[in-house]
Amino acid sequence: MNCDNCGERQAEIQLTTIEDGEMSTLHLCSVCASEKGVSASAPAKAPLVDFLAQLGKGSETESGRLPMDPCPYCGTTAADFRRTGRLGCAECWVHFDERLRGLVRRLQGSVQHVGKLYVHAGSEIGDRIGELAALRRRLQRAVDTEDFEAAAEFRDRIREIEASS
Amino acid sequence: MEARGSLDGRGMAWLSGGGEESEIVLSTRVRLARNLQGFPFPIRAGVEDSARVLERARAAIEAADSLAGADIWTVDSMEARDRDLLLERHLVSRELLERASEGLSHAALVLSTDDAIGVMVNEEDHLRLQAFGAGFALEDTWRRVDRLDEELGALLPFAFHHELGYLTSCPTNVGTGLRASVLIHLPGLVLTKEINKVLEGISQVGLTYRGFHGEGSEVVGNLFQISNQTTLGKTEEDLVDHLARVTGKVIEYERSARTVLLREAPTVLEDKVWRAFGILRTSRSLSTGEMLNLLSGLRLGVSLKLLPMPRVETLNEILVLGQTAHRSREVGSTLDESDADVARAAYVRERLAEDETPRDHE
Repeated sequence: MNCDNCGERQAEIQLTTIEDGEMSTLHLCSVCASEKGVSASAPAKAPLVDFLAQLGKGSETESGRLPMDPCPYCGTTAADFRRTGRLGCAECWVHFDERLRGLVRRLQGSVQHVGKLYVHAGSEIGDRIGELAALRRRLQRAVDTEDFEAAAEFRDRIREIEASS
Repeated sequence: MEARGSLDGRGMAWLSGGGEESEIVLSTRVRLARNLQGFPFPIRAGVEDSARVLERARAAIEAADSLAGADIWTVDSMEARDRDLLLERHLVSRELLERASEGLSHAALVLSTDDAIGVMVNEEDHLRLQAFGAGFALEDTWRRVDRLDEELGALLPFAFHHELGYLTSCPTNVGTGLRASVLIHLPGLVLTKEINKVLEGISQVGLTYRGFHGEGSEVVGNLFQISNQTTLGKTEEDLVDHLARVTGKVIEYERSARTVLLREAPTVLEDKVWRAFGILRTSRSLSTGEMLNLLSGLRLGVSLKLLPMPRVETLNEILVLGQTAHRSREVGSTLDESDADVARAAYVRERLAEDETPRDHE
């Protein structure tokens, strides 16, 4: 079968698209396919990134209103998230919480997990990590508000926990 | 648990051609995304963090009963060609291979001795627990991955939020972290042009579909991967059960479409499947796309008993082993596309000839 686009080369790729509920199939050679931004092996951009880009076209967007300061635990910024569609760590979920909820609600239709409940038996490790993250956040806030006395206190507590682990 | 050199035939137990509804559903898989508390997700993790995640995961995997005797392969140390095999077997994502090619991913693939369950370490999430099944086997496949999750969850601290559930790198996986999917062959619905309605219906009930090559890929060979779209707000059982019920309906529609085709256009259909057989059996150059499309014709022909051979298992095998990285590995050098097309055609000819010689159809 020849390519539906150029009519010359052998069609190698079947491109199926659905637009306005109408499915159409084109048979394309690799040259025309790559001109249309399609290749047989390379997957398209992650759908979520496209979704975030779509959101970005609006006036004030979900991701556009993410806090400007990076995640205190891993350093991921709102811009990183917009670019990759990926969060950097569990703490990002807390740090960007308020704004992420709107996005999650749109993506998932819900913001409440009702599946398996997880309790880790040896949760001291988890507690310690959670406490560390919380302390780092407080430390950051104390520094931001120039409350250096509190900051020193938080810093000492973080060092203590880190030394004991 | 040992690091094994050979990936031969591994991660492909689902190709056996058995299982329920295997004439229409090729395989089932269910995966759970999990992350360890206290470590950045792989996208953000430094090399040391990733090494520690792998170390901890490895210790837990070695202690898990359901993975007793399992094999582990570290992806960084694999040859590039072997990594591509994992991609063609749908065991890893392209993103992971990009990180692994820099030798810094500390990603690993773990497979149970029977290939029924496995774990990917340091993929998009720290852990991707997976179970595989031949044919249409959602409930059983879900139960197996659930059991593995219980075991590993007791040994490792997973990142879990009381409202949002299991925390994942991508917001499309948060909550249950569950993605259940069936690989389904729908030539009847495509030929009767009913597929559009079915796919639209699928999207309206919270499911989604992808092509054979996964996320973002085009539909080739009339193969669709149908899976749950959302991961939050429903229990795991509900998500799995919903997919099972909708898939059951799709199977029904496909069956009636095939009946209609057999009744309305038997000659056209017969001609189509025999032509597909003829090309695959004789061609000297075959692109992956063409191979997948022609295999669809053969699969339909075998299923409708218009063709006496090959076996479904052979078709499944060609589906995976006929791809470029597998052909390259077979000949021991990296083939460019045109050489791969020639090698592919030769392989398919031989593989089909190995199955019984078809009796005369007259």
